[in-house]
Amino acid sequence: MTSSDVRPAASAGSLDVERIRKDFPILSRELPGGRELVYLDSANSSQKPIQVIDTMREHLMSHYGNVGRALHVLGSESTEAYESARDKIAAFVGAPSREEVIFTKNASEAINLVAYAFGNPVNTDERFRVGPGDEIVISEMEHHSNIVPWQLLAQRTGATLRWFPVTDEGRLDVSGLEELVTERTKIVSIAHQSNVLGTVNSVSPILARAREVGALMMLDASQSVPHQAVDVRELGVDFVAFTGHKMTGPSGIGVLWGRRELLEAMPPFLGGGEMIEAVWMDRSTYAPVPHKFEAGTPPIVEAVGLGAAVDYLTSVGMDQIKAHERTLTQHALDALTEIPGLRIIGPRTVVARGGTVSFTLEGIHPHDVGQILDDVYGIAVRVGHHCARPLHLRFGIPATTRASFYLYNTTAEIDALVRGLHHVQKVFG
Amino acid sequence: MIAESMYQELILEHYKRPQGRGLREPYDAEVHHVNPTCGDEVTLRVKLADGGKVQDVSYDGQGCSISQAAASVLHDLATGSTVEESLAVVDEFTRLMQGRGQVEADEDVLGDAVAFAGVAKFPARVKCALLAWMAYKDAVLRSQEAM
Repeated sequence: MTSSDVRPAASAGSLDVERIRKDFPILSRELPGGRELVYLDSANSSQKPIQVIDTMREHLMSHYGNVGRALHVLGSESTEAYESARDKIAAFVGAPSREEVIFTKNASEAINLVAYAFGNPVNTDERFRVGPGDEIVISEMEHHSNIVPWQLLAQRTGATLRWFPVTDEGRLDVSGLEELVTERTKIVSIAHQSNVLGTVNSVSPILARAREVGALMMLDASQSVPHQAVDVRELGVDFVAFTGHKMTGPSGIGVLWGRRELLEAMPPFLGGGEMIEAVWMDRSTYAPVPHKFEAGTPPIVEAVGLGAAVDYLTSVGMDQIKAHERTLTQHALDALTEIPGLRIIGPRTVVARGGTVSFTLEGIHPHDVGQILDDVYGIAVRVGHHCARPLHLRFGIPATTRASFYLYNTTAEIDALVRGLHHVQKVFG
Repeated sequence: MIAESMYQELILEHYKRPQGRGLREPYDAEVHHVNPTCGDEVTLRVKLADGGKVQDVSYDGQGCSISQAAASVLHDLATGSTVEESLAVVDEFTRLMQGRGQVEADEDVLGDAVAFAGVAKFPARVKCALLAWMAYKDAVLRSQEAM
């Protein structure tokens, strides 16, 4: 056997990053002063391929009308495009039924939609009753969007908010699972992948415990759906939230997937146009899901754009994207750990980990790091607490610098980051 | 390389060797200000003396070079001057910082603080530069109330 047998399928189906980069016009723009752009901030928001831009433009140029209520040609073409985006997204995440895909404006709204179904006096379903003595379980690695809605729920109902701690390595500490998730737990909601640590959480042991005690389970999949094949049936949870702008789609569109039977048992979230069946002056009846949860004119062109985004990601291949990011992450972890005074906040191996790498540089504030990287090297990273302040408090740091990778990034860009960090150390050393 | 010009030698000097850092007794008022977007924070104490003089400005905090250097420069400028003079410097510094890089700095009033002129071109960093200065203004008002 020859040595080429060592790397079989990978090369056949691997991702051609130079070809991919041509799909993203923004990546070839020049920054002021003639610098090239090195975009390492996709966990914050991803860039958009020409396929998404063209689809949205085409919709606005030739098909735009309101959806669901206009009977003319444009209305029906627009409705067709909007609803076919729902089909594409349902297929992309393996939803058993298209009616289980609800368009929201972002992941935050999707999580709030679920949180507001609890403790609502009009909802008599036992699973959504919450009061003093009941518990909600989240984790210390959550984005604020998966913390604050549950804090608000606890405040409204007198329930108690509890959380999984995080280990020094940046993994979810599930050693106290049985004491944390109990008969008092109404819902467990955690990140599928951390937006700071890059950690991909193992769902099944927590889900098994939630099922044992009769609790519901939700995943904030904002950071996982863009980067790996996610199948909601395989995950087996009750709700999954994600957002369009992190997965090469536009901003202003997010998704809540939920089990149909639960969505049907939940009360409406926002009231308004198109979410009704019939309205009298003193009461209303509601449209079936998903429309019950889509009050008002939805983000039509954004939904169509997200449909184009999942077509694009599917054409590249989610497994190829995942493998490409794994190569980038390995390269970054190897290179970054060689920088003296650099501390990675999160797992130092690529096992159960995505392409988001946060770190501190001894004695240098992340704001100063980000400013020099941007201004001297055209490198866009995010600095701050990345909407995960409790996680930073847990590590005893006010902020980190975060580099995050996507299908269009290259190892050369990571090398540029490393050169930039050496320069930062020279300026502030 | 605009940012490199923002990081004036004087700013880096104050960042690496902060003047008057550390919280001291006695004091008339203590305030704690934070910049929630980036986690910069400063605790600042003011001690006033007779004749409208500022006897001491002591502080402690954490944050980026701009926020920490600004606190150090403030200490140098305010300590030993009068309340009235120092508040005039705060006003001029605030005007400069909020001027989006379009305001000509009055070096006679600002002294070393003129080194921060480049920060005004970076809207995201203006709050960093102003943190300690706003805390000082707050502390002086509280000190006067306490007297």
